[in-house]
Amino acid sequence: MDLDRSNHYSLRRREVVKMLLDQRDSGMLIVAGLGAPTWDVTAAGDEPLNFPLWGAMGGAVSIGLGLAIAQPTRRILVITGDGEMLMGLGSLATVSIQSPSNLAILVLDNERYGETGMQATHTAGNVDLAAVARATGFSECHNIADKKRLRSLLPQIQNGEGPLFFNVKVRAENLPLVLPPKDGAFLKDRFRVALFGSDPVR
Amino acid sequence: MTLWTNDIFQVLVNHQVRQVAYVPDAGHTHLINRCGQYSEMVSVPLTTEEEGIALLAGAWLGGDRGVLLMQSSGVGNCLNMFSLTRTCRMPLLMLVTMRGEWGEFNPWQVPMGQNTEKLLKAADILTFHVDESNRLGEATEAAARMVFEGPAAAAVLISQRILGTKTFME
Repeated sequence: MDLDRSNHYSLRRREVVKMLLDQRDSGMLIVAGLGAPTWDVTAAGDEPLNFPLWGAMGGAVSIGLGLAIAQPTRRILVITGDGEMLMGLGSLATVSIQSPSNLAILVLDNERYGETGMQATHTAGNVDLAAVARATGFSECHNIADKKRLRSLLPQIQNGEGPLFFNVKVRAENLPLVLPPKDGAFLKDRFRVALFGSDPVR
Repeated sequence: MTLWTNDIFQVLVNHQVRQVAYVPDAGHTHLINRCGQYSEMVSVPLTTEEEGIALLAGAWLGGDRGVLLMQSSGVGNCLNMFSLTRTCRMPLLMLVTMRGEWGEFNPWQVPMGQNTEKLLKAADILTFHVDESNRLGEATEAAARMVFEGPAAAAVLISQRILGTKTFME
């Protein structure tokens, strides 16, 4: 484990998410993994078609998959962290079997558990999440460590044929919290109203 | 055996269930096959049962109804993920084949089998324990109504008495 390595990565997580969501297609649906990715997505704008998680650790990719199957004409982007992804590695295999062309997964990998005191995750060792995704059968897996590469892959992340997996190495840093609404039922109903109109229970 | 799975399948069709998530169990074999052959349903095999809780939450966000098929041991894997169901008030329909409750030959199944219903209740999930095969259709119908018209979370527990005791001597 190398606890120092991620202190020196050039990419900053808020910048990355802002780049991703600045040119957001209005039809794109976002699932944000608990902790920092939820704060990052909210910092870029609290939108009804975001589903920001405050829990359900290990479940972000599975939520994205259920959504991708239900909404095949929309782009689904799961933005999560390395700790959250590590807890749900099996879900990558489950996605691979379904092979949804509209699903992209992007991990903000700072090699730390940010919400619990910045302890090392397994990616501070030899674990390569993009290689894991490739091994489960994802055809498109990329490691991204600088802005040039991120910029060149943006069209892929936003429109490429899925399932796609991007592991973005970001600097370990604790940033001011930008919190979305906390009530899960509200977040769900807000999302469904934005998608289907005024009656969220059809 | 095939009769009750047909009853359950018909209930799922009537309720427009689309995503069928499962970790296989011998007792679910026929239902899994039926759903897999039906073009209006998408079968999603899982690596572990809690993926199904998250998957079906995503399904509902996107307008799909779903069902999770698993055996009783899988309920234990789901416990923390039930927080998602409850906090977000997601509908959740589960069909659970029971092990460890009636003539079980494998003692490793007993701790979870004996506590499945207790743990589901502790998680505020409605339970319908059925030990007569001719009542499975109506129990699934009752559960599905409460789930999709609630929304609520509910599990139909399919007794090991219906499924028969598994042995390694077949």
